Amino acid sequence: MAVKSETTQLSVNGRKYTVEAPTDTPLLWVLRERLGLTGTKYGCGIALCGACTVLADGVAIRSCVTPVASVIGKEITTIEGLSADRSHPLQKAWIDVDVPQCGYCQSGQIMAAAALLARKKEPSDADIDAAMSGVLCRCGTYQRIRRAIHLAASISAKGAQNER
Amino acid sequence: MSDKSKTTRRDVYKTQPVAGGRLVLGFHVPVRRASDAAAASAAAFAPNAFIRIGKDDTVTLAVNKSEMGQGVFTALPMLICEELEADWSKVRVASASSMAKDYRHTSWGAQGTGGSSSVASEWERLRGVGAAAREMLISAAAAAFAADRSQCRAENGAVIHVPTGRRLRYGQLVEKASGMEPPKDVALKQPKDFKLIGKPTRRLDTPEKTDGSALFGLDVSIPGMFTALVARSPVFGGKLKSFNAQMTKAVPGVVDVLEIPSGVAVIADGFWSAKKGRDALETTWDEGEGGKLSTDALRGHYAQLAGKPGTVARKDGDAAKAFAKAAKQLSAEYDVPYLAHAPMEPLNCVIDLRDESCEIWTGTQAQTADQRSAAAILGLKPDQVKIHTMYLGGGFGRRGSKNSDFVSEAAHVARALGKPVKVIWTREDDIRGGYYRPLWHDRIEAGLDAGGYPVAWRHTIVGQSIMAGSRYEASMVKGGIDETSVEGAADLPYSIPNILVDLHTPSLPVTTLWWRSVGHSHTAFVVESFIDELAHAAGKNPFEFRRVLLCGAPRHLHVLELAAERAGWGEALPAGRGRGIAVHKSFDSYVAQVAEVSVADGKVKVHRVVCAVDCGMTVNPDTVAAQMESAIVFGLSAALWGAITLKDGRVEQGNFNNYPILRMKDMPEVQVHIVPSREEPTGIGEPGVPPIAPAVANAVFMATGIRIRRLPIGDALKKA
Repeated sequence: MAVKSETTQLSVNGRKYTVEAPTDTPLLWVLRERLGLTGTKYGCGIALCGACTVLADGVAIRSCVTPVASVIGKEITTIEGLSADRSHPLQKAWIDVDVPQCGYCQSGQIMAAAALLARKKEPSDADIDAAMSGVLCRCGTYQRIRRAIHLAASISAKGAQNER
Repeated sequence: MSDKSKTTRRDVYKTQPVAGGRLVLGFHVPVRRASDAAAASAAAFAPNAFIRIGKDDTVTLAVNKSEMGQGVFTALPMLICEELEADWSKVRVASASSMAKDYRHTSWGAQGTGGSSSVASEWERLRGVGAAAREMLISAAAAAFAADRSQCRAENGAVIHVPTGRRLRYGQLVEKASGMEPPKDVALKQPKDFKLIGKPTRRLDTPEKTDGSALFGLDVSIPGMFTALVARSPVFGGKLKSFNAQMTKAVPGVVDVLEIPSGVAVIADGFWSAKKGRDALETTWDEGEGGKLSTDALRGHYAQLAGKPGTVARKDGDAAKAFAKAAKQLSAEYDVPYLAHAPMEPLNCVIDLRDESCEIWTGTQAQTADQRSAAAILGLKPDQVKIHTMYLGGGFGRRGSKNSDFVSEAAHVARALGKPVKVIWTREDDIRGGYYRPLWHDRIEAGLDAGGYPVAWRHTIVGQSIMAGSRYEASMVKGGIDETSVEGAADLPYSIPNILVDLHTPSLPVTTLWWRSVGHSHTAFVVESFIDELAHAAGKNPFEFRRVLLCGAPRHLHVLELAAERAGWGEALPAGRGRGIAVHKSFDSYVAQVAEVSVADGKVKVHRVVCAVDCGMTVNPDTVAAQMESAIVFGLSAALWGAITLKDGRVEQGNFNNYPILRMKDMPEVQVHIVPSREEPTGIGEPGVPPIAPAVANAVFMATGIRIRRLPIGDALKKA
């Protein structure tokens, strides 16, 4: 019952890739092992911890349970594609608040937060609870993550104001 | 990891002469003089194994401790730079390799990270390392200025000739400094003169942890590397009888199936094919005694043992006699379960084995021990094995394996395969893989005098020894007492005239290991819960009751009072809420916490935790606060839900669905208050864990009148 290998066209962080892999291979392992994008992490393998969170057309998905064949035609964004120079408001806020400890879950945290901020410019604590409770942090950085999301929202708001 | 630096640390200070405020440089502060030829062509000033200053002014500092989130990649460079007077913005951190003896722990004789000992053990050495390099830079500059050293001062990455204001950057002094004689001793700054130590400082590793570029063991890839998953015994101590790899070998991408001592390794071109290959593998095991284990039966067995006298760990006065004569007698039994560390990064190890050498990339807390273990398996000398320590995606003790289990297993796979390989553990492998915090049963009784204060205290502890059978047994098990089994109990801080603490140490095939705060993770729960029970039985306020009994423990008392004050102890709470308090010393630091909880539908909600900590002088206060926040979350996950249970020898949990950890929606507000201190710095990674379980359990009692004597609290309140 071997799953057939097929050639899959992927679009990740604005670049096109052609990957030969069994169609049931989770996107996570294609990103990590084929494309060398190791910022996206393996934590549980069954969509319980969120360490593998990436964006598919701007929506947060768990790449560890997403067969690579199911994201054909979608634009995938990983932590490496969030900004070229740590200039995304979330990255600025994360650095300002000094959120990470071990850091392993933080790519997933930031990508989940990016999806939240994309649909909610000024999220409430309840919004943060709802959007972020799927991403586990064993170091317990939740209090700082919450603070950094609020800060990122205000950085974004100021940025938008300055553009006007 | 273990608290083994606790006793030896004092010896280090004793033998390290600090005369008249001057630190004599010797074994503990390696300083080398470059040969003249090397000095003349020096590309960098590298006076010792820790410091390398480039001509571009970059200061690269080797950190000999593993960064697992606790902040050593920032705190230890701060120690060096305080004396080096380097420009902090030019500092880069490099993970120290396993090859140099200078990187060994100042009191363990081996490179390793644990026992919350990094800052305390390096406090003098690394400042000395920085000071020695600074003196050489000043000498070099004085020569360049043709001035006396006394006219020169180091500041912010440069040496200034004070009378003229001339200035040479460290990068400009590389060649000259490399030829300078290292000083024989150095004067270390007085704390009042610290510029960096004690100031909140941004972590140096944060930026790369926000863009995916920080490299963990799991992220390492080397040319020609295969991926291996290992099928291990489903029960503890099981032996492989046979396996059938026919289906496995039919999985595309699987290249080999190899028997190794711990089971069967499936070798493939990546994780997914290795996983599918392992899923298809048929194995049969000789389960032995391990196949009969159940935690329910174990608890019964432990409870029986607790009724019998054990090996005495502490004896003050005559507890039995005082108990018999006491005005009021109380007793209780407490249970805590096995716990997995569950770091977010599952265990992994990359090995590149060559004919006469081997390189290993992994996240480890025990480099020298792992190096020796791998060398023995591979038939190499330890110095032929080089360990590259990657960022650890959480450690909590699991990555400081007492017998190098995950590195040894990878060495066996590499030896059998003969090609570069990465061994990956799945989350289920991690949760079911043993090396747990032991399951403990405690029986405790106390006699109160007519005034309601305890005159007798008898505490019997039952649980496996972590150290027995490990390489640390000789140093850590004395007279039948593994000191990690009784830490936090035998050193009871309360003023009670008659105390007996004894221990039973059953032997079982379940593997155990230090789990963030080790023995304290259970003794604090038992002691601080029972003290609370005594206070209520005596009709006294649990905070005031502790204050009276802590008359001989001023640092305990101080954090207790600080936490109570900041938490508004005694102030009215909304209906349905309760407050609980607990105080505990571990790793030479003192922590008190007040938890505020409510209980609805049988579920505990922790609203707020106020924490006071006395860890001596702080190096980076923001890291101290972060470690308290972290420890509180870690301890809460365990207190509320954490349990590894066995049935027919099999671990009943496997992933975060049945071994839950705290999520954002469960996060309480945490406030941390640090006691200003001029005492020597002490531990910070672990001491925040022990008080949280009893603080919450005591708060539950205040809110509901229900006393929690078994962890996790789970749904115990639903039944009640």
